[in-house]
Amino acid sequence: MAAQVKYSEVEVGTELPAQTFTVTRDVLVRYAGASGDFNPIHWNEKFAREVGLPDVIAHGMFTMAEAIRVVTDWLGDPGAVVEYGVRFTKPVVVPNDDKGATIEVGAKVAALLDDNRVRVDLTATSDGKKVLGMARAVVQLA
Amino acid sequence: MALDQSFVGRSYPPTDPYEVGREKIREFAEAVGDFHPAYTDPEAARALGHPDVIAPPTFVFSIAFKAAGQVTGDPQLGLDYNQVVHGDQKFAYTRPVRAGDRLSVTTTIEAIKTMAGNDILDVRAEVHDEADGHVVTALIKLVARGPEED
Repeated sequence: MAAQVKYSEVEVGTELPAQTFTVTRDVLVRYAGASGDFNPIHWNEKFAREVGLPDVIAHGMFTMAEAIRVVTDWLGDPGAVVEYGVRFTKPVVVPNDDKGATIEVGAKVAALLDDNRVRVDLTATSDGKKVLGMARAVVQLA
Repeated sequence: MALDQSFVGRSYPPTDPYEVGREKIREFAEAVGDFHPAYTDPEAARALGHPDVIAPPTFVFSIAFKAAGQVTGDPQLGLDYNQVVHGDQKFAYTRPVRAGDRLSVTTTIEAIKTMAGNDILDVRAEVHDEADGHVVTALIKLVARGPEED
């Protein structure tokens, strides 16, 4: 593993470059195919409304996959992620238009650990709501 | 409906190996819009010290979750799958998943709790390679919403 970020160059509070991800319906269909998760709440709004959702929602695992990109893009080597965990707090609601939804992800170094590892805490919001809770990654730095 | 507590601690036999293909990794990376070269270009992956292209961190979820279907689909457990939502997800990696891996998953029911009328199921999925080396552990928390109060 070869992260491009040096342990000696970060401190608690170091911010990673934030990113915004756009999610449209076609993105969800593509993710359904790639992941094998064909639950109709992610592509059929009639079904989603019948089970009490406001509209089609993104796969939680899709949101989790997007959020960690802030960390892997920073690291340079995605293989340097040692731990990654999230809680799915609110759904990302995806309207049937060309704008879709956006997920805003920020992250900062929250703790310096042994063996050149650090803990990174992430935030992810969509439409002003926190969509991931307790989102944390432990990464191996150089 | 309360879940059968006697399932806590139960393990299921390892799954048949899932062979990780380069093109499946590429498909997944493109689906999440992530064009990091380590996912598609073997040379770029090798430059980072990996023997072949690696998979994005959450790629392994679908393999682990399919294996967890042994647990969640066990009729004796009594889980109403129509009411299930994904509560938490954690991964602990020994190394990244990479092309050519033949991955086998062993699932264990870690805990069953009832909170505010919801059934909460913690499933641990241990993913090993063909040499029985640990690759990643996935901790999957599923929440089965109880009946509405009204």
